[in-house]
Amino acid sequence: MINLNWFPVWQRNFLVWKKLAMPSLLGNLADPMLYMLGLGYGLGGLLHQVNGVPYLHFLAAGTLCYSVMNSATFETLYSAFSRMHVQKTWEAILNTPLTLRDVLVGEWLWAASKSLLSGVAIILVIWGLGLYTDFSLTLALVPVIVLTGLCFSGLGLAVNAVSPNYDFFLYYFTLCITPQVLLGGVFYPPTALPAWLAVAADWLPLTHAVNLARPLLLGRWPDAVALHALVLLAYGLAGFLFGLRQTRRRLLR
Amino acid sequence: MTSPLKLSGLTKRYGDTVVVDGLDLELKAGRCHGLLGPNGAGKTTTLRLALGLIAADAGTVDLLGQRLPARAEVARERVGVVPQMDNLDPDFTVRENLQIYGRYFGLSKREMIGRIPALLDFAGLAGKSEALIATLSGGMKRRLTLARALVNDPDLVILDEPTTGLDPQARHLIWQGLRRLMGQGKTLLLTTHFMEEAERLCDDISVIDQGRVIVQGSPRELIQTHIEPHVVEIYGDGLNEWQACGSRHCHRCEQAGETLFCYTQTPSKVVAELAAHPGLRYLHRPANLEDVFLKLTGRDLRD
Repeated sequence: MINLNWFPVWQRNFLVWKKLAMPSLLGNLADPMLYMLGLGYGLGGLLHQVNGVPYLHFLAAGTLCYSVMNSATFETLYSAFSRMHVQKTWEAILNTPLTLRDVLVGEWLWAASKSLLSGVAIILVIWGLGLYTDFSLTLALVPVIVLTGLCFSGLGLAVNAVSPNYDFFLYYFTLCITPQVLLGGVFYPPTALPAWLAVAADWLPLTHAVNLARPLLLGRWPDAVALHALVLLAYGLAGFLFGLRQTRRRLLR
Repeated sequence: MTSPLKLSGLTKRYGDTVVVDGLDLELKAGRCHGLLGPNGAGKTTTLRLALGLIAADAGTVDLLGQRLPARAEVARERVGVVPQMDNLDPDFTVRENLQIYGRYFGLSKREMIGRIPALLDFAGLAGKSEALIATLSGGMKRRLTLARALVNDPDLVILDEPTTGLDPQARHLIWQGLRRLMGQGKTLLLTTHFMEEAERLCDDISVIDQGRVIVQGSPRELIQTHIEPHVVEIYGDGLNEWQACGSRHCHRCEQAGETLFCYTQTPSKVVAELAAHPGLRYLHRPANLEDVFLKLTGRDLRD
């Protein structure tokens, strides 16, 4: 990480992305927009207020975190797997002076960068629809997005490293991603959960991302910022290190 | 001049299987060295060890003056690699493939723009710089992979089966390219299953089997040392009957399927004997590297 050897790997992915930037950005926006409009107006019409704000305002932070998670996850599962396993791009790079660590740091930071783009696109929508209370606080969402992106990119690389094929990713979505979407406070406040389930939800990284993002949109500084940030970083770093170890066993043995 | 690549007592085990078993190899600068061996002989593993991609269980690797694996990244700055399977970047054009690969060696866009025309020219792809990889033929992809291995102007080029799957035209083009590289003073290390390729291109050859070098020398030396100079291949009706008679002029006989290989110093006498067996047909030819290879590694399949 100290050296910049990872940068050509990041740059390679960026140059590929640049070729398809428009459809990619539109895709980044369409999904969360549908969630916000569909659920925000549909469900919001029934709920009126959640935690003292209109449901659409409440939902915005959840959708933001959910989209960042999705973007980082798809990039490190399907896209990285194609580069590693199908196209053998990583093997081509390993024949140069770059090492596997350089490749994985590049992939990690690239996926986090891509999820940052998704997140920023949603912030633009949030600004456009006026779904915030204090504009200056919404700027603090950027580091939250970066942390969330690093967290789920790292976890994604861990899953990528042990996947025999694309089908395997379905287990990760079913067992890890979906529970976070449904229990991590995206759609409703975690206080609505029974105590035992709320305790379980506290262990999910997405919960911590939402705990940072939601207050910022509702006009106040979040509690326990350091704790939430540390949990996100710890998950991301652990995922990255495990992914590096397993990918080394997979490609360089 | 120090050897561009020196492997000493190299050993690599996977569980109980010894894939590379005390292998010694020393390349001479500016020459082409062929690594021949049946499937599973340990050729690809040897190349991966030589590049410092995997660590040996015993023995040493010295690549371009650097001790591996500790100094592998430094050594690889001056090595080019043509892998067994094409792994060109399908998302990029021909030109972009070279440019991006140069970035992995720390070459700036500007430096690469200076180098790309000569590389495209070398690969015979001058008119294809904006073509996507999917539109290239197998031979073009191979030539581009070779050009890509040269982006860093390497001292040593390692090629793992560079012509497998190519038609004769494409293969000859690759051979021309490799001869030009030798003309520029580069050292080549290549593995191949085509004995003709090894015989034409390589100055030195190591035949490896079961992870060990079993013989080493120039193609001519190997043929002179290890095999009779002539081969009469005999086939057709009455082969078994003739074989039963045998010929005292055959120094060594091998039957493979319907064909008998008679290795001899005196082919004219064998041919004279065959005249008495009108049902038999034959082909008389000089012995080649493939005969040596089959003698040393056997005719059994190695899958």
